[in-house]
Amino acid sequence: MSMGPGGGFRAAVGVGPAPIAHSRDTRATLRRLVRRLHPERFKLLSAVGLGVTSVAFMVSGPWILGRAMNLLFDGLVSQRLPLGTTKAEAIAMLRAHGQDQIARMIASMTVTPGVGVNMTSLGRVLGVAALVYFLGSIFTYSQGFVMAGVAQRSMFALRRDVEEKLARLPLRYFDSHSHGDVLSRVTNDIDNLTTTLQQGLSQLLTSVLTIVGVLGMMFWISPLLAAISLITIPLAIGGTLLIARRSQVHFTNQWRRTGTLNGLVEETDTGHSLVQVFGRRGAVIDEFSRQNRALFDASFRAQFLSGVIQPTMQFITNINYVAIAVVGGYRVASGLLSLGAVTAFIQYSRQFTMPITQIASQMNLLQSGVASAERVFEFLDETDEAPDVVPATAVPPAATRGAIRLEHVSFRYETDKPLIEDFSLDVAPGETIAIVGPTGAGKTTIVNLLVRFYEIDQGRIVLDGVDYRDLTREEVRRSFAMVLQDTWLFQGTVRDNIGYGRPGATSEEIVAAARAAYVDNFIRTMPDGYDTILDQEASNVSAGQRQLLTIARAFVANPDILILDEATSNVDTRTEVLIQHAMAALRAGRTSFVIAHRLSTIRDADTIVVMAAGRIVEQGSHEDLLARRGVYFDLYHSQFSGAEELG
Amino acid sequence: MLTRLMRTYLRTRTGSVAIVVVLLVAQTVGNLYLPNLNAAIINNGVVTGNLGYILRTGAAMLAITLAIGGVAIVAVYWASRIAMGAGADIRDDLFRTVQSFSTRDMNVFGTPSLITRNTNDVQQIQIFLQMALTMMVIAPIMSVGGIIFAIKEDARLLPLLAVAVPVMAGFLALVMVRVVPRFRSMQVKIDRITQILREQITGVRVIRAFVRVTSEADRFAVANDDLTATALSVNRTFALMPAMMMGILNISSVAVLWFGGRLVSQGSEPIGNLTAFLTYILQILISVMMAAMMVILLPRAMASAERIVEVLETTPVVTDPDTPTSPRAPTGRVRFDDVAYAYPGSERAVLEHLSFTFEPGETSAIIGGTGSGKTTLVSLIPRLVDVTAGAVLVSDVDVREQSQEELWSAMGIVPQSAYLFSGTVASNLRLGAPAATEDELWRALTIAQARDFVAAMPGGLDAPIDQGGTNVSGGQRQRLAIARALVKAPRLYLFDDCFSALDAGTDARLRVALREATRDAVVVIVAQRVSTIMHADRIIVLDDGHVVGSGTHAQLLVDCEPYREIVVSQLGEDAA
Repeated sequence: MSMGPGGGFRAAVGVGPAPIAHSRDTRATLRRLVRRLHPERFKLLSAVGLGVTSVAFMVSGPWILGRAMNLLFDGLVSQRLPLGTTKAEAIAMLRAHGQDQIARMIASMTVTPGVGVNMTSLGRVLGVAALVYFLGSIFTYSQGFVMAGVAQRSMFALRRDVEEKLARLPLRYFDSHSHGDVLSRVTNDIDNLTTTLQQGLSQLLTSVLTIVGVLGMMFWISPLLAAISLITIPLAIGGTLLIARRSQVHFTNQWRRTGTLNGLVEETDTGHSLVQVFGRRGAVIDEFSRQNRALFDASFRAQFLSGVIQPTMQFITNINYVAIAVVGGYRVASGLLSLGAVTAFIQYSRQFTMPITQIASQMNLLQSGVASAERVFEFLDETDEAPDVVPATAVPPAATRGAIRLEHVSFRYETDKPLIEDFSLDVAPGETIAIVGPTGAGKTTIVNLLVRFYEIDQGRIVLDGVDYRDLTREEVRRSFAMVLQDTWLFQGTVRDNIGYGRPGATSEEIVAAARAAYVDNFIRTMPDGYDTILDQEASNVSAGQRQLLTIARAFVANPDILILDEATSNVDTRTEVLIQHAMAALRAGRTSFVIAHRLSTIRDADTIVVMAAGRIVEQGSHEDLLARRGVYFDLYHSQFSGAEELG
Repeated sequence: MLTRLMRTYLRTRTGSVAIVVVLLVAQTVGNLYLPNLNAAIINNGVVTGNLGYILRTGAAMLAITLAIGGVAIVAVYWASRIAMGAGADIRDDLFRTVQSFSTRDMNVFGTPSLITRNTNDVQQIQIFLQMALTMMVIAPIMSVGGIIFAIKEDARLLPLLAVAVPVMAGFLALVMVRVVPRFRSMQVKIDRITQILREQITGVRVIRAFVRVTSEADRFAVANDDLTATALSVNRTFALMPAMMMGILNISSVAVLWFGGRLVSQGSEPIGNLTAFLTYILQILISVMMAAMMVILLPRAMASAERIVEVLETTPVVTDPDTPTSPRAPTGRVRFDDVAYAYPGSERAVLEHLSFTFEPGETSAIIGGTGSGKTTLVSLIPRLVDVTAGAVLVSDVDVREQSQEELWSAMGIVPQSAYLFSGTVASNLRLGAPAATEDELWRALTIAQARDFVAAMPGGLDAPIDQGGTNVSGGQRQRLAIARALVKAPRLYLFDDCFSALDAGTDARLRVALREATRDAVVVIVAQRVSTIMHADRIIVLDDGHVVGSGTHAQLLVDCEPYREIVVSQLGEDAA
């Protein structure tokens, strides 16, 4: 009986393992997994040692019990023989009475005619058996205990490495991979791997050792009976594999159909009112029934087939049992084997099939674990962000604060798609740069370059007289603060979220920032004020208030240069006015790059950068650009003409 | 809840359940009988050296073994059929129930929760049924049968059982009591790790811009330490499980040999019975362990059953009237007659005193900020929710007096989030009009300014659309959703803030084309952007659930201060 937290029931009940995503290079992944266990090698070795010991104890138990059985049987037979005769005399006597069978049996036994069971010996043997079993349990426990440490510490290290990797990956990685996939690698796959290591490793070890030990004992006791049992082993293995493989197909099918059905439910539930109003209720119910029927077929087959394994194994065990009982009984009767040996043998044969079934189920677990490991390793192998070439300087050598100059900057996300070519811009401290363009025009590209999320290909960016390349990324970023449309806040208190802008911000500074961002009043209406926990679904804060909180966070950061996204969606008109005021206050006296959506901001900007289709197409002041009658002119008139006409 | 669910879904399967029970009883009795025969082989065959007896009994054992195997397989067949069949039925009923839900009912549960209920929870019930139909039947028969057979072998060994069984049960209970709560706390800690990693992935820009990589690492390290400590303690406690169970089983065997051996040596018991007794005590203890497994499974199944029944027993808020009234003429005219709406249990109304009429041939617009009640107002028209006071009339009949199917057949809706179904462009467009011809589809696409991009898609009308429409851009999605409503050619159009992702040029062209195509219909547009609705025949300004202005753009600029405020905030001071 072996169960582990989670997973154990699946195998027991036959829900089946999760669909196995086959790994591409199992051997390389396994080798790497083993390498990762290297720091734990001594612990692992001691676990193997403990495992060997515990199996040795467990396996010798039945043999000792068999000896106890022999003692009993010998005693019983001896009792029936006349007292005072020797063993040889007794045998001769039996032969004379034509009882050749019994004579032959007794010849191989330790009998003292006329004397009953030696209870002292029996007690001693059973005492040894109890001790052996007890020690066996202790070692089994110790092995599990050590193994839990190995598995959990290794997984601790893996989680740590993965998190560190997250911090080292370039932004490019996050922009080109779906968040869901990354998250699934660093969470689901690691969880799956943990389960595999925790349960699989320990059980696989025990199972293999048990098979070896039991097989050894069986051959030692009786090569003939062992050979007979061995005939049933390929039967057991073959049968299990055959059924497992066939049911695996259905399990995969079941998971696929569950996925399809989930998709259908998700789809119709998400589009619920559409389904109703467009009169499709009957049609989707029919479709669901059809899919549901298909799922039933697959799951029934999978369930039935995997359910057959248990009776089949039992059947094979029972055949083995009968064969041993018959052949063994025959051999005992013929004096070729002791009764204790046969009873011990029966116990061994029963212990034999269980590890085989277990290994079969662990193979599935192992396969999915390896597939997960491969995905995690793949993630760990992603190229890191190039390290900063310059050491961090103690004091930024800045005479001015917030001056930034782009000189002949070129940048492409993909080498064959020109994006920003030879772009120059000189921004004095306190100036406002408006970036405008339709949705999807690539306005964030400039942001990406300014805060060095991406490195430019050519040209240079100079911050307060210092080339970006002579600064570390962190030094560059310390000059900036951002308020983006995506109002990221973490699960923590309001205070911590605002204070996130600058490590070590005092409570007073945080409250002052909240006040400046017009969110102080709102915070005070929350149940715990500044100590209210923002939950992830953010059901307790509206989109507009989240935006205000991120503005407060930027206030705390007190940057020289500001990056603002004016776009506000899902914000009610009143909060929007607050956001506008707060952003204006934040901009005062700072260099600002604004992804602009408002006429007032655009007109007042010192420079307007116009983007279209991912490229910078124009730059200049409002008047310049209007006079040019180019892209900006068109954009301005289509987007803001309504206002203009009315004005 | 669990029993109620079982009663409902097993009622139609009583025959199969009876078959399974009978088969399992037969299987268990057979399994219990085998050691008996083995004992006989030893007692009458081995001890007396009777080879013929050994062979005869051996043959009998083999026959029984075969029979048991056959019976077990048939039992598994029926048990699987019952468990999986009941699961499928529950899923069908759940889905059917949910389809009759109103939007309010949907919101009570939420889509993710409904999906979980339909899959994971049903699966829990299936697992439970499968287990119940095997272990729950086998375990008691096995224990009782084991005890009976054991007594038959020798009642004097019974005290051994009286010790071993409670020890085993007590130990299992102890481990469960200790492990289960910690297991839960471990899950919470795993969730915490997931949470932090998710934040680090989604917030990568903010984290790096604010140079907080180090503090994030610290935050993670704390959670990682915490999880590891708990996982270690859980798994170490769990390591006790196999060790102790094997220990108890093995020590029990030793005890049987000791006490039984004394009886054997006194000549009061045949030696073969000892081996039989050994087997019985093992079987009894194993059934105790099976029972323990059921105990673990039961709370989960009960929780799942509760969540399933909760859905099944929800009465939809909106139902068809017993005797529906059909409108005399399906004009599509919409009239609000002093309408109010309040969320159930809420004292404050979301909408109050709304009275107006949307006439055919007229484009009406509703504007207001988030939370002003626009979307609620719109959902009253297709009766996705019901008014709490007053009445909404469509084609001059109260929506509550019409059949829902008939009501819906008169209207085309373009919701705020343009949701597309997986399939093709054509299958999406035909959602409301399955028989529409390709020409009709192209006409709708032309009006919706979607013709060009659909024609450019590989496959054109047959181009695949992913679930939710994620493989086309937001603007394209909105245009397809508009085309979908146009294909239906209804008397009444509801556009719920669905022009937001369109660029200005497309927006303008689309509105001109729409105006032409919907000339005779009732058109209701909900918007946040003033530019979208400036040219409507009538604009209703909604603030905090009240109508604060009604008229054309020019009129409202003059006499509606809230409207002016919106215009100023969106278009600047000079626009007003």
